[in-house]
Amino acid sequence: MAEVTEEKVKVKEPKEPLFSKKNKKLLTDPLADNNPITIQVLGICSALAITAQLKPSIVMAISVIFVMGVGNVVISLMRNIIPSKIRIIVQLIVVAALVIIVDQVLKAFAYTLSKELSVFIGLIITNCIIMGRFEAFALGNGVWKSFLDGIGNAAGYGLLLVVVAFFRELLGSGTLFGAKVLGDPIEKTGLYSIGYENNGFMVLAPMALITVGIIIWVQRSRNKALIEDH
Amino acid sequence: MAINTDKNSYTILFAIAMVVVVGSLLAFTASSLKGRIDANKRTEKQQNILFAMGIADTEDPNEFVPAEKAQELFDQYVGDEQYIITGSTAQKTTDAFDIEVKKENDKLKQDANYQRKMPLFIGKKDGEEFYVVPMRGNGLWDAIWGYVSLDKEFKTVKGAFFDHKGETPGLGANIKEAYFRDDFIGESILDASGNYKGITVKKGNGDPKNERKNDNAVDALAGATITGDGVTTMVKKGIKMYQPYFETLKK
Repeated sequence: MAEVTEEKVKVKEPKEPLFSKKNKKLLTDPLADNNPITIQVLGICSALAITAQLKPSIVMAISVIFVMGVGNVVISLMRNIIPSKIRIIVQLIVVAALVIIVDQVLKAFAYTLSKELSVFIGLIITNCIIMGRFEAFALGNGVWKSFLDGIGNAAGYGLLLVVVAFFRELLGSGTLFGAKVLGDPIEKTGLYSIGYENNGFMVLAPMALITVGIIIWVQRSRNKALIEDH
Repeated sequence: MAINTDKNSYTILFAIAMVVVVGSLLAFTASSLKGRIDANKRTEKQQNILFAMGIADTEDPNEFVPAEKAQELFDQYVGDEQYIITGSTAQKTTDAFDIEVKKENDKLKQDANYQRKMPLFIGKKDGEEFYVVPMRGNGLWDAIWGYVSLDKEFKTVKGAFFDHKGETPGLGANIKEAYFRDDFIGESILDASGNYKGITVKKGNGDPKNERKNDNAVDALAGATITGDGVTTMVKKGIKMYQPYFETLKK
């Protein structure tokens, strides 16, 4: 018996440094070359809905980073005791509980913002990125790696939200974070004095899809390895 | 120690434990944040009532007064001019603020003889009086609510604010927008002979700028028929309940 335990200790993999190359990749890959929105094409729905302005996009990004980071850790901690028959239900409960906590905290500390985001906070639950990472990564990997993976994917999602929201708010309303950066459209100052007009279409969801499309195009023409051949 | 996670008994035990843990965690969060959330809702109500009186943010008239100033401004413009109306009598009490129209509606549904309590807020701005009536109704998907302020003859709408829980963005949700809401301003709720008629959200009204103030109708929103009908019913019923009391005031 004693020998068996000794052998087990030997088999234990050598300790990896916290930010080894592999671990860093977990964090940085989803930011660009494996971005959940542009490459994996997940989480598009909410990316269309809330990116008309920068502020809600950033709050949404932070909320998703929180839910994904904590969620991945919780699932990874429980990965050996979750009964496989009900693992999807368990994952759902974990996301749902975290989302409700986020919702309540926003209602308590950022009420107007929570009204703006309204149903979309609730819809984080259905964001396929989250369930996807739980199922594909956290269930089979250690706590630290899962944490990095969660933060990385959520940050990749958030980054895209912010980029899309930047263009939509700037071109659609002529503002950034509500500040009139292009001048006043009613009093015709700044750019508006030389005949510039806001593109109202940018405020609507279809233009978010087109913006995402343009980002995908730019990204793939810069990195040919991402182009799937058919 | 390896656990056989495939056993049925284990699965059931795990599910029960999970529910207990998650349930108590959520209950704890909800009860510890309740105070703050309630305070926020109070502030929102004050902002809504002030908004219906035409008191808004000084920089952007489509925004409420800032949350941190809501209490101060509410005290200034409304103060304790709050009344609970039952039938045709009124009682002056600040409890009126805590009356929820929804709960009163529910009580009336359960008991047809229930004498409902109706809150009324009387604001004063630049020497004018605003009678702010809270109301609640149903849109297409979920609840809609609003605050309408009337002049002291109870004839003309002086301001309105509508909000909703889950109407379709871009269609029904536009009842919140200024271009819909502001059409109500100046509209008469009485017909030519002075009888109560309410205001109808009407399709094909042919009056987009709402120049006819006495036709008891405002232009409907395209693509939001049911939400619009909901607003019509809400406004009509909401103000009608107060008519017995308004009649006594007119005399």
